[in-house]
Amino acid sequence: MATHFVIDGLKAEIEGKEILKGINLEIKGGEIHAIMGPNGTGKSTLASALMGHPKYEVTEGSATIDGEDLLEMSVDERARAGLFLAMQYPSEIPGVTNSDFLRSAINARREEGSEISLIKFIRQMEKKMKDLEMNPEFAHRYLNEGFSGGEKKRNEILQMAMLEPKIVVLDEIDSGLDIDALKIVSNGVNAMRSEDRGFLIITHYQRLLNYITPDFVHVMMQGRIVKSGGPELAERLENEGYDWVKEELGIVDETVGQA
Amino acid sequence: MSTQLTTPTDRQSAEALARSKGEPQWLVDLRGEAAELAGTLEWPKPEKMRIDRWNLTAVGAYEQGKAVGSVAELPEVVRELVAEGTENIVVQHNSSAVLKQLSAELAAKGVIFTDLETACKEHADLVKPYLFQAVSAGENKLTAMHAALWNGGVFVYVPKNVEVELPLQAVLFNNKAGAAFAPHILIVAESNSSVTYVDYVVSEPGSIDAAFVHHSVVEVFVKPGAHVRFGSIHHMAENGVDMTLRRSVIENDGQMEWVVGDLNDGYTVSDTVSLLKGNGSNSDAKVISIGGNEMKMSLTTQATHFGRSSESNMVTRAVMRDNATAIINGITKIEKGATKANGVQTEKVLMLSPKARGDANPILLIDEDDVKAGHAASVGQVNPEQVYYLMSRGISKQDAERLIIYGFLAPVVSEIPIDAVREQLQRLLERKLEG
Ligand SMILES: Nc1ncnc2c1ncn2[C@@H]1O[C@H](COP(=O)(O)OP(=O)(O)OP(=O)(O)O)[C@@H](O)[C@H]1O
Ligand SMILES: [Mg+2]
Repeated sequence: MATHFVIDGLKAEIEGKEILKGINLEIKGGEIHAIMGPNGTGKSTLASALMGHPKYEVTEGSATIDGEDLLEMSVDERARAGLFLAMQYPSEIPGVTNSDFLRSAINARREEGSEISLIKFIRQMEKKMKDLEMNPEFAHRYLNEGFSGGEKKRNEILQMAMLEPKIVVLDEIDSGLDIDALKIVSNGVNAMRSEDRGFLIITHYQRLLNYITPDFVHVMMQGRIVKSGGPELAERLENEGYDWVKEELGIVDETVGQA
Repeated sequence: MSTQLTTPTDRQSAEALARSKGEPQWLVDLRGEAAELAGTLEWPKPEKMRIDRWNLTAVGAYEQGKAVGSVAELPEVVRELVAEGTENIVVQHNSSAVLKQLSAELAAKGVIFTDLETACKEHADLVKPYLFQAVSAGENKLTAMHAALWNGGVFVYVPKNVEVELPLQAVLFNNKAGAAFAPHILIVAESNSSVTYVDYVVSEPGSIDAAFVHHSVVEVFVKPGAHVRFGSIHHMAENGVDMTLRRSVIENDGQMEWVVGDLNDGYTVSDTVSLLKGNGSNSDAKVISIGGNEMKMSLTTQATHFGRSSESNMVTRAVMRDNATAIINGITKIEKGATKANGVQTEKVLMLSPKARGDANPILLIDEDDVKAGHAASVGQVNPEQVYYLMSRGISKQDAERLIIYGFLAPVVSEIPIDAVREQLQRLLERKLEG
């Protein structure tokens, strides 16, 4: 069954400040959507609100995966329902190895008594790490601890590949990546493209979209999606910046929540 | 509360006990003098912890354990710590050794691994020069009382240039109220030798129905170029008081590693000190602890630098639950003349209950200019961002918190070199964190 992800009229606030002012977005399995927009316009807030970060309070609207109401669920339930967020700033967890963590995450999706065998798990992880050209020692390193910016991003993609989610949100997965890493990570994403998986890619740069061709590009300002188009929209933004969009829409200050 | 005035021994009874065990005259004298000193000295005064209000006198009476031929004859609490086929082991039951084994191969190399009471009789020439030299009997009431009353114990001797590859293992357990339990551990590693020693000090579950005091002293002598790894897990019963002093003297280019799990259910004073006497000497200490219920703990690590270019690193991590209290002291002392010394320490406390108390006190005492020293201390709760991150991968809140707490303690757990002991430690942590 093709995945169907719908965000409808989503409003969210942080510490009493409204940041998301009504987001509407529909992603079908197989589609790649890109969200672009200047700093401080609510892109990461959208990602966090969808994932259920405790600091963000959703005040209105809905988000569903295949008809299941995400917003009713706890963070871990959302993940198990198929949502994956590659974070802009992944946490470091000292003392917990990457492999122990990933195995717990996989087993959390399985019934008690049918946990993944250690051998099978290791084989899978080694394969995915090889695809992402990660040094095998990263399996035994503590989760993100002391990882460089680029290594953290690659590790987010490794998790995505292992957990096989239905809806993937990538928040600035390209920041901190060198050119080679950008290609490797993009290949990792492209390899995951499938009929039953949709992507929402938050980025500032067209160069990521050269490797991962989006079907739709959205521009976010003031906590709303203010413009949508095809891949050509990303190219125009790259060349001309955001001023023309602001002019077209009569927006003076594109940020949100800056009171 | 009244302060304690009694000293649980005197010269006559200490000497009589020593004689009845057939101890050599020098040891009888040592015990007698110590017992007399004990009557005149004060209890130690750990920072911010009134141990003089604890019941420190329930040291019990000498209770000879029954010697056994193999681990299989010992209670489960011991059996589960010792892997099949373990060749090098000493077991103490209440006041005396009940099993001691050393492989023929190590014996042929001149390695000695036996209980300290036996060593005092059979290897006095090797024991006497070291016994109570790192910790002197006259330091305070505790050390004097211990010198008078210690029993069983462990003696490790590694000759020059001998590298002992497999860890030497000891299990020391008590299971009777009123039985004295006071092991003294003495380790001597001659020049350029290396050895790993791991012990587990434990009460047999459900066996002790009255207050008891376990007092113990560990002395380690690291000769030039030698390397000693010392691992120790303490898990004694709720009605116990554990007072353990560990001290090592490290000579030129010697290396000392301490890995300590203070995981008692009762009160604890744990004091682990490295004296970096030699140039280029090195010490690394890692201590973990879990406090629960009404427990009180005083955990101190100390490194004192005398040698040039000596280095020390100390890490203490404690997880605090319920109404438990932990005072955690890290003392880095650099003496004049210890140029290019480098001492680093970290104390971290993870608070799982608003009623628990955890104090981290880093103390730097530096009398030399040309040195490096660093410290970090923190007291905090489980980080909600970390919990969110793990949950965002599908892990339940409870499991996420558990992973973070185990991760916090991992630096010590992963360092335990005997699989059976490490696995037992894991199970113990689970019990303590989830019970
Ligand atoms: N924890 C917070 N506390 C207060 N304000 C916040 C918090 N998180 C986000 N905001 C505010 O919400 C607004 C939107 O932030 P958000 O991180 O969503 O922007 P963004 O579009 O992802 O920007 P960037 O491109 O820089 O990543 C900003 O004004 C930001 O300061
Ligand atoms: Mg952002």
